[in-house]
Amino acid sequence: MSIILKITDLTKTYPTGTKALEGVSFTVDKPQVVAIIGPSGAGKSTLIRCINRLVEASSGEVLLGNTDILSLNSRQLRRARRQMGMIFQEYNLVERLTVMENLLSGRLGYVGFWTSYRRKFSKKDFADAFELLERVGLSGYQNTRADALSGGERQRVGISRALMQQPDLLLVDEPTASLDPKTSRQIMRLIVELAHERGMPALVNIHDVGLAQAFCDRIIGLTAGKIVFDGSTRQITEQVLTDIYGEEDWSSTIRKIEEENEVGAE
Amino acid sequence: MKKLPEWHRIRIIDNPVIRQALVIAGIIYLFWSMSSLDIDWVRVGKGFPRAANILAHMFPPDFSRWQLLLRGTIESVQMALAASFFGMILAIPVGICGATNLAPKPIYLAARAVIILSRTFHEIIIAIFFVKIFGFGPVAGVLTLTVASTSFISKMLAEDIENMPSGQLEAVRATGAGFFQFLNYCISPQALPRYLGVSIYRLDANIRHSTVVGIVGAGGIGQVLAASFSRYDYDFSMAILLTIMSLVFLGEFFSNWVRSQLR
Ligand SMILES: Nc1ncnc2c1ncn2[C@@H]1O[C@H](COP(=O)(O)OP(=O)(O)O)[C@@H](O)[C@H]1O
Ligand SMILES: [Mg+2]
Repeated sequence: MSIILKITDLTKTYPTGTKALEGVSFTVDKPQVVAIIGPSGAGKSTLIRCINRLVEASSGEVLLGNTDILSLNSRQLRRARRQMGMIFQEYNLVERLTVMENLLSGRLGYVGFWTSYRRKFSKKDFADAFELLERVGLSGYQNTRADALSGGERQRVGISRALMQQPDLLLVDEPTASLDPKTSRQIMRLIVELAHERGMPALVNIHDVGLAQAFCDRIIGLTAGKIVFDGSTRQITEQVLTDIYGEEDWSSTIRKIEEENEVGAE
Repeated sequence: MKKLPEWHRIRIIDNPVIRQALVIAGIIYLFWSMSSLDIDWVRVGKGFPRAANILAHMFPPDFSRWQLLLRGTIESVQMALAASFFGMILAIPVGICGATNLAPKPIYLAARAVIILSRTFHEIIIAIFFVKIFGFGPVAGVLTLTVASTSFISKMLAEDIENMPSGQLEAVRATGAGFFQFLNYCISPQALPRYLGVSIYRLDANIRHSTVVGIVGAGGIGQVLAASFSRYDYDFSMAILLTIMSLVFLGEFFSNWVRSQLR
């Protein structure tokens, strides 16, 4: 199998002195859904932001296919970014744009300024957009403004925007952390199904171990900027979880369950 | 009788000597400054009948020279409109460059320097300056109000952009969008309503300010007003003041109505 994503010895030290990543290496060589789990502050968000360079890594290497991401100039980076679709915890839709315009913004890397300014995208782009809306269960929502949608609906638009890019890789940062438990499961299922349907690998940051186990093919455990576990979902044991989360973090896990119950009761 | 526990009120200055010394110093300073200002109480006394006299001459207001009045009013409104328009255009690049989350540090600092510098001096001072350069008339007025409008609108725009949630900016950047696409798909839809609101507010302010800069000779109805005062045409001055009042009321009303339509 050809290598899709190869990360070697990636480190990131923020200007504040925080060492968010310390020598992270792993390879994704088949279209699988990889969960990255770990306590809050472990460096999960930093890791996936270093891959599309929303955050500049301090050292290391990121290979996407044959492209050495960290050495690209800004023009080349734009081209590389369109191959990586990103999905966010806070959805990050442009609120005053319609659902359709949010989807079309996934095509910005492929068209020139005037085309995008006049919203004159190709017929195929529009066809893809309508097909995606139907697939994620938002048929008929194309003219709705993004700020009129519920959380779950927004995340569906966020997923569609990422897929409009026809990416080779999905980068997903806590897609369910702002959603209730039922919607969380629906959204995770949707992401995983779409990734498998399209033969597209995905890196999914998620702190909810249950969701990771239920939906993902492979799990990477990150603690204090280092990988402490990398294996298939079946290999997760209580010992592994203790390695990843440590003693003091169990309390936050318990609190999270309480929060879920509150949200579920609404 | 039993001795009660000690209590005291809280003063801004605890020490009574310092407190009373400060009060006395304040009173002395007041007297000294009065005497050094050389206020001529006789003249102040004469001012009241003179004020009554002027007021008496102001009524009834004289609208007979309505053509001059109308021309001044139209000139003021046109000055305000032109200055608001140029200000709106210039504020876009200045505002974008003045937002930390969009512009690199040197450009950001340059843009902020422009904004601060143009806010340093009051419109009257800028107007005097432009009247010296371009002579009496509306050109100086338009330029003055353009400077003021640009700095006002661009400051608001820059702050609005800086307050945008970083996630939306990240998301559009992450699609591989170019800078102008990013402006078109992310910044502009989010900033537009407020930018228009601020611009309309500025138009309203420009109508008011256009009457003021006229007094130093920068055109518009203010210049007509200054001329009428210097010719002791108080009844005409009153007509002008009433016109300015209704103009400002109309401007305020229009600006509030437009802003209520934006969301
Ligand atoms: N922009 C930043 N500046 C400084 N420190 C940061 C920044 N972003 C994250 N960090 C720090 O880096 C560490 C990892 O953060 P993050 O990648 O967000 O972790 P996670 O997503 O696993 O919760 C944390 O200690 C966090 O405080
Ligand atoms: Mg995170």
